[in-house]
Amino acid sequence: MGHTLIEKIIGNKVGHEVKPGDIVTVDVDWCMIDDIMAPFAIQKFEEMGFDKVYDPNKIVFIYDHFLPATQVDDSRHFRIADEFADKHGLKNVHRTDGICHQLMTEAGYVKPGDIAFGTDSHTVTYGCVGAFSTGIGYTEMAGILGTGQLWVKVPETIKVEIDGTLSGNVTSKDIILKIIGDLTASGATYQAIEFTGSTVDAMSVASRMTMANMSVEAGAKCGLFAPDEKTCDYCKIPYDDKVKALFGDNDAEYSKILRYRAEDFVPVCACPSLVDNIKPVSELKGTKVNQVFLGSCTNGRLEDLRTAATILKGKHVAPFVKMIVTPASRKVYRQALADGTLGILSDAGAIITTPGCGLCCGRGGGILSDDEVVVSTNNRNFLGRMGTSKVKIYLASPATAAATAIAGEIVEA
Amino acid sequence: MFNAKIWKLGDDIDTDIILPTEYLAFETVNEMKPYAFSPLRPDLASKIQPGDMIVAGHNFGCGSSREQAPEVVKALGVSCIVAKSYARIFFRNAINNGLLLIEQPDLYDEVQEGDMAQVEPGKEIIVNGKSYEIANLPDNLMEILEAGGLVKAMRKRNGLD
Repeated sequence: MGHTLIEKIIGNKVGHEVKPGDIVTVDVDWCMIDDIMAPFAIQKFEEMGFDKVYDPNKIVFIYDHFLPATQVDDSRHFRIADEFADKHGLKNVHRTDGICHQLMTEAGYVKPGDIAFGTDSHTVTYGCVGAFSTGIGYTEMAGILGTGQLWVKVPETIKVEIDGTLSGNVTSKDIILKIIGDLTASGATYQAIEFTGSTVDAMSVASRMTMANMSVEAGAKCGLFAPDEKTCDYCKIPYDDKVKALFGDNDAEYSKILRYRAEDFVPVCACPSLVDNIKPVSELKGTKVNQVFLGSCTNGRLEDLRTAATILKGKHVAPFVKMIVTPASRKVYRQALADGTLGILSDAGAIITTPGCGLCCGRGGGILSDDEVVVSTNNRNFLGRMGTSKVKIYLASPATAAATAIAGEIVEA
Repeated sequence: MFNAKIWKLGDDIDTDIILPTEYLAFETVNEMKPYAFSPLRPDLASKIQPGDMIVAGHNFGCGSSREQAPEVVKALGVSCIVAKSYARIFFRNAINNGLLLIEQPDLYDEVQEGDMAQVEPGKEIIVNGKSYEIANLPDNLMEILEAGGLVKAMRKRNGLD
């Protein structure tokens, strides 16, 4: 009997074969702590009676949700985290570099086969490079800071096979939204999802990140891609036998296998206010929008900004629409600045903001009010996520978002 | 064994509903309490009395990893949550905060808000004369729950309590 990818990653770490349902304690390669949760994790760490962290080099602090601060108490979080980092000799502190989930792979921390935990649910994003990563609470994080370990239950795996060639206006965002719609918001709870097939092989690492990122919206513990040469280029590591062994075996046992033809996907939106309320964009045509948000750890990368720029070049955002563009990281910002992408978006009337979580976490950068409609490239459309509970949030791809910004109503690119 | 009044919520009660992002940075959980469940039912937090229980459908606690969500529910004095299923991060966070979670497939569809329940953890819940069977948690989780949460379990490990 073969093994799924998650069974291999956890098995390699604990040094023996594992099967779904096994409860094992793993050594943790990376701890990611964001600015919202840092003070709480630090407080719990101290309450637990620890006086030193297990390994200062494996802990990464990233300030992103509250940056730049919009409420008077926010900067307190930075100060508490800074003091802790000083006291414990933490070197990996990103104070203004971008969204945590973008940085954990972009800045060179998480590699294929690693195990990482973060104080944010979208920690699943690092599955894009074949790492096991998932979100936990701040109390568990405090425990890891002290012990370097966490218990995990080996999950079952849902395999998603996608083969064929996507049509021009369909992106990996449309694919993952469709899959979440099919699985439902709880269809993968406690389970891993493994994405395979020729369509996935042809995708950039950035496109895979979008899908790994949203696997949690189906309840998944992680969303995994077997690492390939592209992954190794991105991670700046050799494509060696150790990496090549990280894939789900053909004879592994899967709880479910979903098969898709790439040609069958169409542009879709997740409609208010559930991530699994999926409808084709063509059925939503005519829905007037007040705002468009292009950004987040789901779709704030260079290829996303370029996709939007291609559509917006020489055109203009509809007069009553605010389009907000928030690059996922400083690096993305600088690259998009250097290649003219930001210039095109700005000329088209978009507002370019500083890298960070921005509107996705409802803190700053475009809060809306009752009965307003926003088309957004992020990952959640929950009640009250971007302002009042009467704001209507439609989740879409960067292509759909850009076309919608021009039309002032939801349209296909 | 304890008795509890039922508050009933639906499927997919997400963590943004349990506690919206704008209240996450309050210094204490007591300051967060009035805003629990506010996007869905603004008056619910003021009505819940210590000892009451929440009954919900599938996927309770889906969404973000914010631990303030189970903490605020615990701080309201909720004795336990009974749902058809839970999102995994919420599940771990609740246990780590000593909040009892029970999975039960049938109860939700058969009880009304305001009904009284008699709960015997690991055995059964009785509502309107009908018994609903409930299972025990795995041993490693019972240890954390019985210690009163993960902080207390770690303090014990570190020889402090």
